Amino acid sequence: MSSGDLPATVDVVVIGAGAVGAACAYFLARDGFSVHVVERGQIASGTSGACEGNVLVSDKEAGPELDLALYSLGVWNGELAEFGELWEFEPKGGFVAAATPAGAAALRDLGVRQRAAGVEAVDVAAADVHTYEPCITDGLTAAAYYPQDAQVQPMLLTAHLLRLARGHGAGVSTGVTATGLSVDPRSGTGERRVTVVRTSRGTISCDQVVNATGTWAGELAAMAGVEVPVLPRRGFVLVTEPLPRTIHHKVYAAEYVASTQSSDGALQTSTVIEGTRAGTILIGSSRERVGFDRTVSLPAMREIAGKALALFPALARTRILRCYHGFRPYCPDHLPVIGHDARAPGLWHAGGHEGAGIGLSVGTAKLLAQSMAGLRTDLDLTPFAPARFSEVAVDAC
Amino acid sequence: MEADPHRFTLDGRELTARPGQSVGAAMAAAGIPSWRTTRKDGRPRGLFCGIGVCYDCLVTVDGAANQRACLVPAADGMALTTEPPALGTPALGAPALGATPPGPPAAAPADEPFDVAVVGAGPAGLAAAVAAAESGARVVVVDAGARVGGQYWRHPAGSTAQQDAKRFDELRRRFSTGRITHLPSTQVWFVEPPARTARDDRGPATLHLVPTTACAPEIVTAPAVVTARRLVLCPGGYDRQLPIPGWDLPGVMAAGGVQALLKGHRSLAGRRTVVAGTGPFLLSVATQLADAGAEVLAVCEANGLSGWARQFGAAARVPGKIVEGVGYAAAALRHRIPYRTRTAVTRIDPDASGARAGRVWLRRIDGDGRLSEKMLPPLDVDLVALGWGFTPSMELISAVEAQTRVDVDESLVAVVDASQRSTVPGVFVAGEATGVGGALLAVAEGELAGIAAAGAEERLAGRVRRLRARIARLRGFAAAMHATHPVPQRWPDWLTPATVVCRCEEVSSDAVRAACDELGAGDVRTVKLMARPGMGWCQGHVCGFATAKLAAAATGRPLTVDDLRPLAKQSLCAPVTLAGLADTL
Ligand SMILES: Cc1cc2nc3c(=O)[nH]c(=O)nc-3n(C[C@H](O)[C@H](O)[C@H](O)COP(=O)(O)OP(=O)(O)OC[C@H]3O[C@@H](n4cnc5c(N)ncnc54)[C@H](O)[C@@H]3O)c2cc1C
Ligand SMILES: Cc1cc2nc3c(=O)[nH]c(=O)nc-3n(C[C@H](O)[C@H](O)[C@H](O)COP(=O)(O)OP(=O)(O)OC[C@H]3O[C@@H](n4cnc5c(N)ncnc54)[C@H](O)[C@@H]3O)c2cc1C
Ligand code: FES
Repeated sequence: MSSGDLPATVDVVVIGAGAVGAACAYFLARDGFSVHVVERGQIASGTSGACEGNVLVSDKEAGPELDLALYSLGVWNGELAEFGELWEFEPKGGFVAAATPAGAAALRDLGVRQRAAGVEAVDVAAADVHTYEPCITDGLTAAAYYPQDAQVQPMLLTAHLLRLARGHGAGVSTGVTATGLSVDPRSGTGERRVTVVRTSRGTISCDQVVNATGTWAGELAAMAGVEVPVLPRRGFVLVTEPLPRTIHHKVYAAEYVASTQSSDGALQTSTVIEGTRAGTILIGSSRERVGFDRTVSLPAMREIAGKALALFPALARTRILRCYHGFRPYCPDHLPVIGHDARAPGLWHAGGHEGAGIGLSVGTAKLLAQSMAGLRTDLDLTPFAPARFSEVAVDAC
Repeated sequence: MEADPHRFTLDGRELTARPGQSVGAAMAAAGIPSWRTTRKDGRPRGLFCGIGVCYDCLVTVDGAANQRACLVPAADGMALTTEPPALGTPALGAPALGATPPGPPAAAPADEPFDVAVVGAGPAGLAAAVAAAESGARVVVVDAGARVGGQYWRHPAGSTAQQDAKRFDELRRRFSTGRITHLPSTQVWFVEPPARTARDDRGPATLHLVPTTACAPEIVTAPAVVTARRLVLCPGGYDRQLPIPGWDLPGVMAAGGVQALLKGHRSLAGRRTVVAGTGPFLLSVATQLADAGAEVLAVCEANGLSGWARQFGAAARVPGKIVEGVGYAAAALRHRIPYRTRTAVTRIDPDASGARAGRVWLRRIDGDGRLSEKMLPPLDVDLVALGWGFTPSMELISAVEAQTRVDVDESLVAVVDASQRSTVPGVFVAGEATGVGGALLAVAEGELAGIAAAGAEERLAGRVRRLRARIARLRGFAAAMHATHPVPQRWPDWLTPATVVCRCEEVSSDAVRAACDELGAGDVRTVKLMARPGMGWCQGHVCGFATAKLAAAATGRPLTVDDLRPLAKQSLCAPVTLAGLADTL
């Protein structure tokens, strides 16, 4: 299937075959649009092939991102539930651990705000933590259990969403790079809008373009002359030897919530641990703003290892077989960019989800499809509007 | 005189081992084919590669889970268990394996880098270390093995049954004069290449080390980190494998692994054997098996031998090799070993127990590996040795991001210049990792690399010239051998959908196909992400080549460097404990 011929004309070209692009392709094709996906690498060769696949509500402060997470959860558990097995959807629950009195207090407060927003959060006393996680350290001050948190296998998710989209008539071309967007006056109305996607293999005429290029969304937006400030934030993950089930939930340190919201450029690490179906344990994660630097960082790995050990001392002799890293697509205000870009009519964005793009992919895509069909969206997209960064359209190139 | 045997237990059962014998070799020799089952499908597993590459032989040793039985030397009172210990409280407070050992390391003052660090003490590494040291460099050698010699010289000291024994004795003598620091039983798990600093464009390289097994006492005195101005990487290689139905049954082993057991541990893993694959090495394994008393029912060579006549020019320039080949052929004749060309083992069935190889099916094949219609009568066996030549260990070379290429035998190898320099400044590569070519070539390349790394090329211009001529001659011979013994292009025809491709993650050939056909994976990295081949313990060492071939075939392309690189690249060159990683200097 991969690199077949490009269609001459479609309703929508989706650029990028990560989780977000795949989800967009699926919902758009299902809702009756003719869709073609172009991906310069392979399926999930961007950040979606280098992440962890958590579907979390627990790590989000009350606000628009949490609303989107809860909405997405409804999609995962609702119309996509029948496919869950394909991408190993597992409602394993989240477990957040605090190790200081201050951390405990902050966690309790967070839980109060989250519950008000509709999250199920169960306070766990320090004395009870081992009933949830038998191997966790004794030195905790408090914990919280989030039964709604889940996990998927992100590469399988991406591949199967595209497969399902193909079932609804969508096409997918890998190894094809979008190199330019033509923004032309429409005959009749004279309205300037995106009409053609130029690629390394030829052009596709279309009505709409979805920019689902993740961390590279800024480059693509620039092709239409608009600015979308998405930048890379590198993260490392350690992978252990396969073990019998040792870690039962998605477990992380309470400080993790703070680090997801931080804009600090220096190396930060906070513990995020989970077992996978393959028996390996994934141990994350770091956050660094170092551009697209691909060198394996010993300091990052070391810090992740040290903190994981503090949370799970029993893993001391567990071996790490490999590590990997990816580049989270983040915006300065840590909110994704979703919806039509009024500055370049015909161009839509779906990206910038930072460390949550897998979990948020399906909600994002469903809302985008509703909006493109001219329907009222189930959730207000205003907080994610592309135009929030600048109202001024740059001249098209 | 033979020293007293060691006594150890497996799940309480008493076993004995000769001094120096690994627990894995001792168990195999005692007729125990397997001692663990796989996570997913509960398949029995024992020895496969025999040299620490495949991780099939994992066993719990004195409470330390997942140790490679083929590498752990047996010791008195050692308690092995097939079940891993429960994770949790027992490991709490246990010494962190792989952690920085306490106290100042005896051998390496941390602030003074070595001139040259050699990784690997096989033929290439030994020659490199000796040449560099004799050229005046301060040299450290890090090697995963308990004793020097690599995959070639593995007989216990003083043995005369060794190939090239004189050359080895000579190298070992020059190696042991006291000026080379040797860190045995130590694996490099991470390498930082010589860094570019403001003052010196070749700041020292750093090698991060872990003990090869949790049971190697030597490591206590070894530093967890070694720094050096130049690196000579001589990681050697291992048997290349092509999956076939039944190849993951206990009793099926890599041909080199069978030989490693015989030579290094004096252990015979079976009595009725078939040796199959391609290359002259098969005959050598067969004669050694016969010499040790095993019955060799057949040697199946996938290729025809008419190729040798065409390649005779190259071979004739290396008469030693011809003599060696004739020697094996004569021995095979003497043992009346049936030698079948254009024949492959295409299926292995279990014996009545279901847990061990029992019967092999042979098929005639054509030059491309197409199966002939007629089945040959099956043979009942208890040991099958499979080998498709050797292929280099590329993780160290990939880790320093040295350029790689596909060699004539379709192996990924390092690009080097006429002085064994890789494309990374200060990093030299010698031996199998520059192209599989045998021990003599490895020695010559190692010597040249050692001289160049010590900066003595100009001073030793004459010797360098002679070495280059020798390398060219041996390379020519190797190329001729590869041309005669290619991997059959139609090997995927031999697979059934259920054939295990990745032994670690138990990925079937159908799962690889589905990743390509149904999920749209267009390259091997994507196949790996979707179907998990190469994601397990061995990190793609064993299945990497086969997976790359299958992925390329599925997309209808010939194999390229891009197919091989993703599975050769490893973020860590060896497993390291979480505590060891946390303590990294
Ligand atoms: C270490 C780490 C851990 C993470 N853990 C989680 C987690 O647990 N849960 C979670 O929800 N999220 C997690 N994330 C975040 C998540 O991975 C991302 O938010 C998500 O993958 C983004 O998906 P995407 O489809 O927007 O981008 P990508 O997956 O990067 O897809 C974009 C695609 O666009 C292609 N592309 C770019 N430019 C062009 C062009 N010009 N033409 C054609 N194609 C182009 C790229 O090749 C790429 O394939 C993690 C990230 C990291 C780094
Ligand atoms: C199992 C086996 C049996 C063989 N038998 C024969 C034979 O009978 N006849 C014949 O002519 N050829 C044989 N060969 C081929 C022959 O061994 C090689 O041609 C020769 O050994 C190459 O020398 P080398 O120095 O390049 O590598 P090797 O001899 O393989 O030495 C490499 C050394 O590097 C070490 N090493 C690798 N990575 C690391 C790391 N990360 N950290 C620390 N140490 C590391 C290895 O443990 C090994 O000790 C055999 C090969 C194998 C694999
Ligand atoms: S047999 Fe021990 S690692 Fe392969």
